[in-house]
Amino acid sequence: MLIASNINFNLNTGELVGLVGANGIGKSTLLRTLTQLQPALSGEIYINNKPLSSYSNSILATQLSLVLTDKSLSKNLSVFELVALGRQPYTNWIGKLTETDVALINTSLEQTHSLELSDKKCYELSDGQLQKVLIARALAQDTPLIILDEPTTHLDMYHKAYILKLLQGIAKTAQKTILFSSHEINLAIQLCDQMLVMTPEKTYFNQPCQLIEQGTFETLFPEEIISFDKISGSFVVKK
Amino acid sequence: MSPKKTYGLTFFILLLVLLCCFGINLSLGSVSIPFSKVVSSLFGTSEPDNLSYIILNYRLPKAITAIIVGSGLGVSGLLMQTLFKNPLAGPYVLGITSGASLGVAILILGSSIFGGFLATFLMSKWSLVIAASLGSFLVLLTVLLVANKVKDTMTLLIIGLMFGSLTSAIVSVLSYFSNAEQLQQYIFWGFGSLGDLDWTSIQILCMVYVIGLIGCILVIKTLNALLLGDQYAKSLGVNLKKSRLLIIIATSLIAGSITAFAGPIAFIGLAVPHLTRQLFKSTNHSTLIPAVLLFGAILMLICDSVAQLPSSDYTLPINAITSFIGAPVVIWLLVRKRKMIF
Repeated sequence: MLIASNINFNLNTGELVGLVGANGIGKSTLLRTLTQLQPALSGEIYINNKPLSSYSNSILATQLSLVLTDKSLSKNLSVFELVALGRQPYTNWIGKLTETDVALINTSLEQTHSLELSDKKCYELSDGQLQKVLIARALAQDTPLIILDEPTTHLDMYHKAYILKLLQGIAKTAQKTILFSSHEINLAIQLCDQMLVMTPEKTYFNQPCQLIEQGTFETLFPEEIISFDKISGSFVVKK
Repeated sequence: MSPKKTYGLTFFILLLVLLCCFGINLSLGSVSIPFSKVVSSLFGTSEPDNLSYIILNYRLPKAITAIIVGSGLGVSGLLMQTLFKNPLAGPYVLGITSGASLGVAILILGSSIFGGFLATFLMSKWSLVIAASLGSFLVLLTVLLVANKVKDTMTLLIIGLMFGSLTSAIVSVLSYFSNAEQLQQYIFWGFGSLGDLDWTSIQILCMVYVIGLIGCILVIKTLNALLLGDQYAKSLGVNLKKSRLLIIIATSLIAGSITAFAGPIAFIGLAVPHLTRQLFKSTNHSTLIPAVLLFGAILMLICDSVAQLPSSDYTLPINAITSFIGAPVVIWLLVRKRKMIF
């Protein structure tokens, strides 16, 4: 079994943190555990020095927002309606939006450069646009911590870089802690403040440049087909 | 930038249309009654004669039933489509109506097995409602449990179909052991009818319907969150188990009690939410629920007026009319695929 164990890390405000690792290593499981979508197999998770399990669903919703790969959402929602749903933890029993809510929704749309999409329906959006809108929804939820599960899947090379740069900008300007899992190791090395690298032996948590120095990325995959080039900081295919 | 579209005018027009349909429905029937007579009977300004008796004790209850049936089935269809994230969900398709039928069948056909005092009790109107609601609740609960295991749209619909067959199998067994009179009673119930309710039945139906509607209003916010999918809904602070239970209780109360009194009515629950979404370009349930209520009531009043076959002695079974209108609507929606989203 190639499952990671002994995972220890702290996330700080204003940091973009990338989580990488081979398929099946347990990235999704880790994220699902962090977000309480499934109970922890073992160990403790703390948010603001309080154990995660002590948070109720509704309180956790004000601390932690999600962007998932789950695309089962109603495509009939308009972009504005979708982002507005991020305000649910704060609205009254029937979900009425106040002026503050509307202002925050528009700010979130602006931050993700998707204000001009706001009257479109979700079925009219491209994958890249939908990803931006889903990030706007998480922003509208106004939580200190945002967790994204593989936000770059199904996107072209430009949009992968675009989305990750967007996240980097949000982490800095809005002072959010952003944790995302991704297979885009090359991009993550260039953009992340910290990286969490899951390997069967150990999980490493450090700044990308130090991880390169320590030779962590070499241990990520079997060496027959791809190898890590320390100088360029990226993986190359063996000829 | 229009954050909140207001649908005031659309609602006002729908309300006017509803009033017109209500008036037309009251004026049409096998006996021709002038509209002025209808109005004066309603407001009690005409002397009590045969015509005003027909209006007050036959046509008025029937029109009220049509309103409750249409709006109730429409709203339960809407709840099902959101809960199951499935555009083809509806009380009839998911087997909720079958569940209610089963409850009623056991009650009507099985009462001969008990007999005496117990049989009289079992045949009371309240027990009819309880049996039908319980039947639909059980079926819905089972479908929901299965839906959690299999995420596939088609599987869910097939399971609904299977419940339909299972119900008819149990009904055939029951009918084998019951007498002709009971069998006839059950078969007539199965045709669906809006005209068989006296004022007491309407009172009971109204009470259960209102309780169900209050449930619907309480889950409006949750329903909106569910549009994002279960995981997002949970991350927004929704208590999934509790709200799912509340939604299916509300649905089974509404759809169950309606089926108990009016029989299984096809297609209204499926078609009305889709037609409403065409009219209101919104997914917000605080707009959709009142809109579906109005639209369902209007459609059912029209169906009933058509079923009367104006100025003739014949009345067509209401189920035939709702299918004539509902089935093409569903096909049309399927062909324009994109519009068939929940």
